[in-house]
Amino acid sequence: MNYAIFLLLRRVRLPVILVILSHAIAVLGLTLIPSVDVNGQPAPPMDFFHAFYFITYTATTIGYTEPASGFSDGQRLWITGCIYLLVISWSFVLVTLVALFQDKGLQNALVANRFARRLKHLNEPFYLVCGYGETGSLICDTLDHLRQRFVVLEKDELRVQELELVEYRTEPIALAVDVRLPDKLLQGGLCHPRCRGILAVTNSEAANLAIVMAARLLNPTTPVLARARSAAIVANMTSFGADHIINPFERFAEYLSLAAIAPEQFRLVELLTGIPDGPLPEPHRPPKGHWIVCGFGVFGQAIVRNLRATDVTMTIVDPNGPTPEQEIIRGHGTDAFTLDAAGVREAAGIVAGSDDDVSNLAIAVTARELNPDIFVVTRQNRAANNALFEAFEGDFCMVPSQIVAQECLAILTTPMLARFLNSVRKQDEAWCARLAASLNAVCPNRIPDIWGIHLNAQGAIAAHRHLMLNGGIKLGTLLMSNQDHNKPLPIVPLRLERSGTPILLPGPEFDLVAGDHLLVAGPHGIRNHLELTLQNNNVLGYVLSGKASGGWLWKWLSHNHKEKEE
Amino acid sequence: MNFEKVVFGFFIVLAATLNFGFFIGDIDRPELHNVYELFAAIVVNLIATALKFGDRTQIGATHLSASLVADLQLIAAAITWGVALYVTKEGMTPHVTASVVSLSGGALLANIVSVIILTTETIMLRR
Repeated sequence: MNYAIFLLLRRVRLPVILVILSHAIAVLGLTLIPSVDVNGQPAPPMDFFHAFYFITYTATTIGYTEPASGFSDGQRLWITGCIYLLVISWSFVLVTLVALFQDKGLQNALVANRFARRLKHLNEPFYLVCGYGETGSLICDTLDHLRQRFVVLEKDELRVQELELVEYRTEPIALAVDVRLPDKLLQGGLCHPRCRGILAVTNSEAANLAIVMAARLLNPTTPVLARARSAAIVANMTSFGADHIINPFERFAEYLSLAAIAPEQFRLVELLTGIPDGPLPEPHRPPKGHWIVCGFGVFGQAIVRNLRATDVTMTIVDPNGPTPEQEIIRGHGTDAFTLDAAGVREAAGIVAGSDDDVSNLAIAVTARELNPDIFVVTRQNRAANNALFEAFEGDFCMVPSQIVAQECLAILTTPMLARFLNSVRKQDEAWCARLAASLNAVCPNRIPDIWGIHLNAQGAIAAHRHLMLNGGIKLGTLLMSNQDHNKPLPIVPLRLERSGTPILLPGPEFDLVAGDHLLVAGPHGIRNHLELTLQNNNVLGYVLSGKASGGWLWKWLSHNHKEKEE
Repeated sequence: MNFEKVVFGFFIVLAATLNFGFFIGDIDRPELHNVYELFAAIVVNLIATALKFGDRTQIGATHLSASLVADLQLIAAAITWGVALYVTKEGMTPHVTASVVSLSGGALLANIVSVIILTTETIMLRR
């Protein structure tokens, strides 16, 4: 923080000396030049006090009046000269200051100072989001919605300025730096004791890799999540030990094949990993049969690899034409001729998966014209084109930034969720359909909030105390409303972990033990409600017994009241 | 020889000598303490302070703080003088004169510290 102040002081040194000197000369002159009295007779010169007073207001207001006795002509001559001297010296100060604040170096120093000060005073846990592109902004919006703090590092200064205009609940802490440089990451709070997770979600693969490297070497204990597109980068990140690597193309391809094989399970996964409190996505039922995949880049290859595992046959269309290993129809797929050659009239589905949004829409529209019943999967590369893709009404739209954001948030905010999702993958369709229905019952037409509860002295003071002293709280009793203890809260317990052993969907009769980890789902806002029950002894007492209990005064009053009645 | 160093040393020593010149003499006799000398001491001290702006070293910080102390004491002396003459109309009684001169004596001490730092710095540099 000192740098800016010292720079400022050093630059104003000369102008300040000039101001001191000009004032000193002006005051000194006035104390030497004879004055006149009211009658025009010569009088002794002004004393220091009155000379300084006169020069002070003259310098700042360019002489606002003469004293009642008037000045002698000698004094007037001197003052005329002084006014020029003083105005010039003050202007010099102002011009220097203005020039100084226009200085890029000083501005950067001031911004960096402010950022460092706010980071230092941040005494809440926060997430370090590197890259404020489409993905980054989606992540920040949701973190803000979940009332979590975040710090943003972004290369582009304009994006940082835009971020400062977004209305978040708390003023965002952001800095424009090149995130590939480890010292900038350190400046951004990489090793801050409150840093809870690092998200490498820039547009550049190399930058993401650099962040993973720096994070793993400099702060090995904090989880780091990264976005990657190519297999080489994924392998590189894995070798550095990234906690979670999200490849949006691969993930979407998995989802698409999951939706084709097990639609109910896919529906459940969508409910569990969606952006909390967001609208429910449309149900997707991709048909089996013959599919056309347009665009055989990284995304197309992931789709083909995953769909091949299901009962689907595929024709591939790509402008680069066939390769020795793969039969490919040459073309963009945007014209009826190529699509006809690929057999669009008989196909069950088509994937418009090039890296250009306009081509993807053209493919989708042409395919729909030729075959109105075809299932259209579109890839939307830029969030800005949202309106176009919504107007087209494809059957399934893939937005990479959304996939990365959703997965990052699900993993970061509830680490237990990843383990629950793994166990969901082993369940059958009927089980998934039942759970999806009960989630929909507690949280109609919205994505539920999912959060973890640790029944220990920090996570649930009151409940932990009760479990240690009295024991025996049934899960169903704990999840009753603290306004009416006969009414259950709209919460679905998903998973309970007791010393590492998981129990799926524990029932209301389940006995809780101190130290249990619980994963629950419920509508947005109900979390605070349950939190009160877990943290407040009186509220917990009411929920468990149905009797309101208060402090000793209240107890004594109600006790007396009862005695009187008897 | 460095011209900047000459100016710097000149102002620091001048601040101390002017201050000493004002301070010397019986403490309660106003005729021995000239107002112009106090004025010059204040101006030179302020300039010396401005010259010390922006030095990030430890020595620079000590220089600056010693100078600020001297400014504060001298300005307090000037204000005491002005208040006694024009606000309370008490005039330069031995009591007021003693206050003004002892305040400037404090400033002199700070200025001597400045001169010592300057000398030490120079000697260390020679070595």
